[in-house]
Amino acid sequence: MKKIKCVLAGLLLVTSFSSLASDGKLLATPGVSQIEGSGGGGIVPWAQLAGYASEDEFSVNGFCSRADVTDYTLDVCGAQLNLFNRLELSYAQQQFDVPALDTEIEQSVTGAKIRLYGDIVYSDWPQLSLGIQHKSLDDGAVATLVGAQDTSGTDYYLAASKLHLGAIAGYNWFWNVTTRYSEANQLGLLGYGGSNSSAKVLFEGSTALFFSREIAVGMEYRQKNNNLNLGEQDWKDLFIAWMPNKHISVTAAYLDLGSIAGADDQTGWYLSVTGYW
Amino acid sequence: MKSVAIFFICIILLNGCTSSTQLSLYQQLDGKAGLARLVDSFIYQIGNDEQVIHYFEHSNIAHFRQGFITHMCMLVEGPCKYDGDSMVAIHTGMHITEKDFNHVVDLLINAMNAQNINHNLQNKILSRMAPLRGEIIKI
Repeated sequence: MKKIKCVLAGLLLVTSFSSLASDGKLLATPGVSQIEGSGGGGIVPWAQLAGYASEDEFSVNGFCSRADVTDYTLDVCGAQLNLFNRLELSYAQQQFDVPALDTEIEQSVTGAKIRLYGDIVYSDWPQLSLGIQHKSLDDGAVATLVGAQDTSGTDYYLAASKLHLGAIAGYNWFWNVTTRYSEANQLGLLGYGGSNSSAKVLFEGSTALFFSREIAVGMEYRQKNNNLNLGEQDWKDLFIAWMPNKHISVTAAYLDLGSIAGADDQTGWYLSVTGYW
Repeated sequence: MKSVAIFFICIILLNGCTSSTQLSLYQQLDGKAGLARLVDSFIYQIGNDEQVIHYFEHSNIAHFRQGFITHMCMLVEGPCKYDGDSMVAIHTGMHITEKDFNHVVDLLINAMNAQNINHNLQNKILSRMAPLRGEIIKI
């Protein structure tokens, strides 16, 4: 409830201070907020920096998201600061509920992303950004129990994205490809590393079509490690995002997260709201 | 997830169908008359905008109107040849920011909406104009 109140208060702020808000980018082009707090889709960080700041502006965004799958629930709230569309700083607090064990796992994620090149709309080549996400479990008991080596870890990623105007039947087509170095198990909620540690460089991708200026429909894919030998599987989602103006976005998605900690077929729903100012 | 893949393949196939109408962008815009209405609507948007009107303070509106119509006509492959001043020559010294450029794009979209130009056609027009940005901003 506290978090919901926070979001409502945030949204109220957004509306009341809308005249101060940055609005230097085209509608919808910053994307939304992903579950580790970075600007992106839902599960993949994108090359765009969060928020509507152009190179002469800064912007602050706040978001809350909920993923509700068969046996678990993940709640995330966080914020991003965009400095001159060059640097994005982000913070997110994740709360992972495991009703079967009557337990909660909490993790904080501090992130930074720097835009190396380009603009997703205007540059000849895709926009390119380099990012980092440092994650730390508040209490590593569960992670240690399932065999993780560490209770904190750092991911590094390189993301490329492009919006092609009128590319498919006159609709704007967006794609993003991200390569991530990570040792995390299930985002790090089950710790980092393990007895089966293997491939560390992971592939992630997103694509979407804009059916209007305000509505995008797309899908995402995120490759996962299987360090713990618990059958961790790649994640997929199918999303619809609504960006009615430069102050708010709402994203809903269908999630297919595969097996999580031995519980198979974790499918369900995702809802996320970001406020921009 | 299979159904999603099929959905996207259908959309890509759809691309082939819509382009088979064979009407040029210029024709879809109702030729020169349609372009004139669009540019008039765009000028109206700019004239009522506090953020960017100052860039046009010393402009000759009639000259701008005629130049813009001819330039757009050429960009959408109409029977026109724009031989006015280059984009660089026109915008040098104006120091147009990224933010203001995007704001003008928003105004153009407003104008296209006011002229009931459909979303897909709007995108095709924007895709012809977007490459000019480098010759317009920050100079």
